[in-house]
Amino acid sequence: MGEVFDIELFRSALRLATPLALAAMGGILSERSGVVNIGLEGQMLMGAFVGWAAAVALGNGWLGVLCGVGAGALLGFLHALLTQRFRADHVVSGMAVNLLSAGLTVFLLRRFLEKPPGASGVPEWSLSWLQPIPILGGLLANQSPFVFLMLLLPFALHGLLYHTVWGLRVRAVGESARKSRLAGINVVAIRYRCVMYSGALAALAGTYLSLSQLNVFTEGMSAGKGFIALAAVIFGRWTPLGATAAALGFGFLDALQQRLQGETLFGVRVPSELLLSLPYLLTIIALAGLVGRSIPPADLGRQEVGE
Amino acid sequence: MKTPWRLVLLPVAVFVAAIAVAAVVIALSGSPPLPALVAWWEGAVSAPGALPESLLNATPLLFTGLAVAVGLLAGQFNIGVEGQLLMGALASAWVGFAVSGLPAPLHVLLALLAGALVGAVWGWIPGILKAWRGAHEVITTIMMNYIAIYLTQYLVTRVWKDPNSMSPQTPEALPSAWLPILVEGTRLSIGLLIALAAALILWYLLKRTVWGYELRAVGANAEAAQAAGVQVSRVIWGSMALSGAIGGLAGAVEVLGVHHRYYDQFSPGYGFDGIAVALLGNNHPLGAVLAAFVFGAMKNGAVYMQSVTVPAVPREITTVVQAVVIFFLAAMRFRRRGG
Repeated sequence: MGEVFDIELFRSALRLATPLALAAMGGILSERSGVVNIGLEGQMLMGAFVGWAAAVALGNGWLGVLCGVGAGALLGFLHALLTQRFRADHVVSGMAVNLLSAGLTVFLLRRFLEKPPGASGVPEWSLSWLQPIPILGGLLANQSPFVFLMLLLPFALHGLLYHTVWGLRVRAVGESARKSRLAGINVVAIRYRCVMYSGALAALAGTYLSLSQLNVFTEGMSAGKGFIALAAVIFGRWTPLGATAAALGFGFLDALQQRLQGETLFGVRVPSELLLSLPYLLTIIALAGLVGRSIPPADLGRQEVGE
Repeated sequence: MKTPWRLVLLPVAVFVAAIAVAAVVIALSGSPPLPALVAWWEGAVSAPGALPESLLNATPLLFTGLAVAVGLLAGQFNIGVEGQLLMGALASAWVGFAVSGLPAPLHVLLALLAGALVGAVWGWIPGILKAWRGAHEVITTIMMNYIAIYLTQYLVTRVWKDPNSMSPQTPEALPSAWLPILVEGTRLSIGLLIALAAALILWYLLKRTVWGYELRAVGANAEAAQAAGVQVSRVIWGSMALSGAIGGLAGAVEVLGVHHRYYDQFSPGYGFDGIAVALLGNNHPLGAVLAAFVFGAMKNGAVYMQSVTVPAVPREITTVVQAVVIFFLAAMRFRRRGG
């Protein structure tokens, strides 16, 4: 058994939850405005690739992050254009975004490189003054700046969504596009913005993968994290704080299965595949309302923009 | 609105436009586009041995395209074909290596049936959750994909792993469970004929039976169908189960016809390719046949193109083409009705 539940386990849970929570914030923005975004996965992958490539070219990790986020916003714009301007089905468009990213990132990687070089990534913050504080110091010292962003962003988004006029409009548009339009809100403009922010945040999560967790891009490195982020959105009932809590839980499960490789938990052999599939199982259960109920915004995925 | 434009010309125009986009991407990446396109065509159709291999590539795409199309016709978006395929593939592989003493036709039939059945269950679960609890099938099928990935991974690394192999794969199926080869000297098995038969049977079911009519009625307008006395919830889980069965069959045919075993990470994304096939084929079983062949040939040709072009054009360009095709069709024509 040994020491399974030590501080390092929780540190790595924070690290693993970071891309999930960041992308989940993107998912919330898009979906609360009424646009389904299953393109999170592709936007994350594209962010990881472009961020890394730009960091290699420019020799600066933070500039890489900026470029990656820009690429994600572009993919968000594409998704918004299709769903709002051309009234395309949100799911079909999202799948196309995922395919485009999967194809293009590998195409460019293979075309230009035998072996991807390391980039100058985003360095960790040592925060030595935190060290003496029990627990907190152990958890947060020497962590990536992205981890702090992940912990603070949900509160900012919560404030925006629930305590500003802009947030009220976003939620109104997601609940009823028709009534919002009648109330004089520019539905399409709000959705464009939210979906672009969504792509940008998913890509930010991607740059964390290729510039902080590793300093290199690997083929298909988002590896389904965009879909787990989507699960966190649903499990957290489309709220920033709830989704972050879910992402932290999913990150913890991932950290636990990595720790338990070949070990036993309380004397039981737990297959890592079981722990890895739990987020998906729990999300299905939550969506089916078997335990509590996750109810999406009323107008989510509707093509009509309320004539 | 069944004009020739919608059924034939539009898909052809869209595909040609997507290839043009690909040519631009190839040119921008610094490879001469024209020789690449020529090599692509040769590898797909005219090089020796290209055609059977293209048909081999088309076979799983036809199954997954049919699976997605059945769901869409009923107003259900089955993104879970990938998971249904994995489950079906593993189930058929198990019947192939664990059940012995059967005559060949019976063994093949049993293995195919196992694949279809397990796939059907994997599709039925999201279907029943939607019919009974209103859980959105897009999300639940995505989740089921990942559960399938981890479940098959567990089984093939820890339970049914071939003891004589280093890599996570099942033992080889007994020869009595192999699909006979269709063209001597190639890898093309009668799996292609099974896929074509499935397309014909589906076309008949959908266009010529009450059950098919009800299914399409639910897809067109669920509320109206309910008012007209159609049992909508039964159609929802029934169509998802059928869709899953076809997805499972895709995996089974791939196992029994080509690899003769299941190995971890079995599918390179056939289930998602099915979305592009169904859309390009206008959700029509016979349209799916053409679309599957086009994409299958394109994928096969790209392997050859990668090997002969200088600098090499990576074959992942095919995924870009599929994405562009979906973007164009989604923007121009595709509307999913029904909830």
